[in-house]
Amino acid sequence: MIQCKTSKAISGMGHSMKRKEDARFLQGKGHYVDDIKLPGMLYMDIVRSPYAYAKIKSINSEEAMKVPGVVAVVTGRDLEKYNLHWMPTLMSDTQMVLPTDTVMYQAQEVCAVIATSRYAARDGREAVRVEYEPMKPVIDPYKAMDANAPVLRSDKEGKKDNHIWNWKVGNKEKTDKVFDTAEVVVKQHMHIPRIHVASIETCGCVADYDKVNNHLTMYMTTQAPHAIRTVIALVAGHVGLTEEKVRVVSPDIGGGFGGKVPVYPGYVIAIAVSFLVGKPVKWIEDRSENLQADSFARDYHITVEMAGTKAGKIQATRFKVLADHGYTDASANPSKFNTGLFSIATGSYDYDTSYMEADAVYTNKPPGGVAYRCSFRVTEAVHAIERITDRFAFEIGKDPAQLRMDNFIKKEDFPWKSPTGWIYDSGDYHAGLKKAMEAIGYDELRKEQAEKRKKGELMGIGISTFTEIVGAGPSKDFDILGIKMFDSAEIRVHPTGKAIARFGTKSQGQGHETTYAQIIAEELGIPAENIQIEEGDTDTAPYGLGTYASRSTPTAGAAASIAARKLRDKARKIAAYLLEVSEDDLEWEPGKFSVKGAPEKSKTIQEIVFAAYTNHPQGMEAGFEATHYYDPPNLTFPSGAYICVVDIDKETGAINVRRFVAIDDCGHIINPMIVQGQVHGGLTQGIAPAMYEELIYDEDGNILNGTFMDYLVPTAVESPHWETGHVVTPSPHHPIGAKGVGESPTVGSPPAIVNAIVDALSPYGITHMDIPVTPYKVWKALKDKGAI
Amino acid sequence: MNKQITVTVNGTEHTLEVEPRLLLVHMIREVLNLTGTHIGCDTTSCGACTILLDGKSVKSCTILAVQADGKSIKTIEGVSAEGQLDSLQEGFHLNHGLHCGFCTPGMIMRATELLENNPNPTEEEIRWGISGNLCRCTGYNNIVKAIQYASAKNRGVETASTEPEFV
Repeated sequence: MIQCKTSKAISGMGHSMKRKEDARFLQGKGHYVDDIKLPGMLYMDIVRSPYAYAKIKSINSEEAMKVPGVVAVVTGRDLEKYNLHWMPTLMSDTQMVLPTDTVMYQAQEVCAVIATSRYAARDGREAVRVEYEPMKPVIDPYKAMDANAPVLRSDKEGKKDNHIWNWKVGNKEKTDKVFDTAEVVVKQHMHIPRIHVASIETCGCVADYDKVNNHLTMYMTTQAPHAIRTVIALVAGHVGLTEEKVRVVSPDIGGGFGGKVPVYPGYVIAIAVSFLVGKPVKWIEDRSENLQADSFARDYHITVEMAGTKAGKIQATRFKVLADHGYTDASANPSKFNTGLFSIATGSYDYDTSYMEADAVYTNKPPGGVAYRCSFRVTEAVHAIERITDRFAFEIGKDPAQLRMDNFIKKEDFPWKSPTGWIYDSGDYHAGLKKAMEAIGYDELRKEQAEKRKKGELMGIGISTFTEIVGAGPSKDFDILGIKMFDSAEIRVHPTGKAIARFGTKSQGQGHETTYAQIIAEELGIPAENIQIEEGDTDTAPYGLGTYASRSTPTAGAAASIAARKLRDKARKIAAYLLEVSEDDLEWEPGKFSVKGAPEKSKTIQEIVFAAYTNHPQGMEAGFEATHYYDPPNLTFPSGAYICVVDIDKETGAINVRRFVAIDDCGHIINPMIVQGQVHGGLTQGIAPAMYEELIYDEDGNILNGTFMDYLVPTAVESPHWETGHVVTPSPHHPIGAKGVGESPTVGSPPAIVNAIVDALSPYGITHMDIPVTPYKVWKALKDKGAI
Repeated sequence: MNKQITVTVNGTEHTLEVEPRLLLVHMIREVLNLTGTHIGCDTTSCGACTILLDGKSVKSCTILAVQADGKSIKTIEGVSAEGQLDSLQEGFHLNHGLHCGFCTPGMIMRATELLENNPNPTEEEIRWGISGNLCRCTGYNNIVKAIQYASAKNRGVETASTEPEFV
């Protein structure tokens, strides 16, 4: 049971408080961007390229302009007049807003049609005639560096090839030496394919420029409204849209998962058109556009090796990555980290030698790289280490659970320095795996498996024991476009003791309106019910870097806690004044200060706050407000132990996930119901890439599954009944000991599923399956091995 | 040429002049301003636009407004009086059956018909029953629980605990 310090009436940390935001969503009163309707609003639709790589010979808008309701067709040449045809990306690259001469990927924006209605805009789109001269695209990242490959980013001065960067970390010499002399070396190549977040709400905006006041209000689907405002000012400051003239509003968001972090060309075109015509312009992409053009995730080709002893001691790991970044540099990361936090790939194991190297290349695929419930490449890292750990166990004939137990970092060894330089804050990996094994009945399952194998039946058990790295991040290392990755909270308590608090983050379903209120309730004893939370309006909320990468609790949650503690310090002073005792004579319990030894003499937080406005000590600042910008001293390192059981039908290759147990350690838990909900959702977004989802391109760069008809988002039928639980090792450096949880299950579950599938197939000499593991792949592997 | 249609939406009759090609979902959202019904795809796959048409759950993105002429429509706004929750809405709230809320109205409309046809469904029947509606946030466990809660409440039997099984 989770211990709570506050009563249910206060509902501080540890209470499964029902969500405050639910009422509006349940009654159809959510307020998403497509629900916004402004007087005189125009609608925008976008003509997109059917080719992955082509010269634009001409754009003919004559017929489109004849369509009733069409008011304009905007091309790259039009934007060029204002120098708005290119924009910087959040990853410090550049990207076309609209092309002037060349398209670089299929579904790229070619021109925009503006009309008085949604239907007229679509009619206009169909009537635009674009003449292309197709060119042979670069699709295979391994061929991108061929001497005869076309240089895709010839817009960059002096660019002579498609190489973006080379990154390395660790000690190569020492690592090579361990590998040269190791008793056992296992090696595996794997592809972590392109996938798409596919939040059920697509992206869109309403750009509302007011010519009279030279002011832009930008309603948009963004997870990082403040950073976006800064980017808008950087892109459009030269035409007068300086930062104080821009208000970004992020209304309710229908799922983000990272896909709503970037600035898409559609947003910029809408702003440009609104700026030019002085009317609001709405752009809402449809699902196919969303899948085909918006930010992808993953696409890492990884070779991973592990060296160890025959007895099962892990001694070293080596990683080589080729990152297919598409049209722009897709290292959607803090600027100093090309591969994000991939260097967490050394895993949960106690060894001191590792070397990693990665290269990134441009290809003719859509840009992105940010998204899918983990942007910072931890999913790729965890997949590599957890797969190779299983391969190592298989190679030496040791049970994979035992091998992990034997190699885990011990809980007393935290804080622990990883071979790539991270300081893991805390963890108890043994306890997590033990709990997962007991919950699923590991030993019995192994016995059942042995029986089934005798009968030729395929059953597999797969484990993943991962270490996450979240909460970016400490300002000494972490920034995006130079802006440090702190986050913020501002609390105002009204005279009657009720509060409003605002944050630099932005919930997309994570339940911030409830959990942030619980953090403040924990610190101040004001009932969470009486604390209203607001985010997403840059005019009112304090500046912050937004919600992604499981950073809200580690950063803004910490800021809330510290801002509330500043208020509690003030409350102590006021209470001392009201009770006529010294501050040292006061004791705090949630919701009130009382005099030590005389508990009948006390003041509630509500009385104290009222006094802050009506009877505050002379010389003290009136009011009861505090702000904090939290700069974390370290990242947080949540972890998990996941076990999956699969049954495979030999004849068809069909995979049934019979059970899945997930034990998570995200430190202190703010709201168990919400944490569990996050784990459930993350697990379904783990089984998705493990078994169903992949964006597939042919050699000409055509996407083969760019709609929901063929991009397989799991339904309730594919999604197993998840079994969840937790262990708690608080983060020692976080004010409330919390670590963040949103991404953990998506990061940790795919290798558990694949390890289970490979375990089931292992009697036939199968040692690896690339994701997504489909029935066809399984059937083919069995066929190739002569098993069927 | 516009066509005149008469539809009853959440108990109120409307006579409207609509383009024959107008999708029902756009009529609901943009003509009647009932924005609780959402659009999540363009291939009838996601179910965010699910409404009840003469009591049957349908995806309103794949029906023309003119096809609803003379029919009765129920949207999420018509499920309960403002400020009140019916058993399904309550089930979703108490069991954390929603995160971002975007799929929720469609899920609730679909589940409404599901429970009408099958007042006491098994977990498997619920999962198949909502398999035309995608949720990207919840992992479905708690949506199933929410529908089980409503099923129990509608039948007047004791509802299961709404505490999370997160131990």
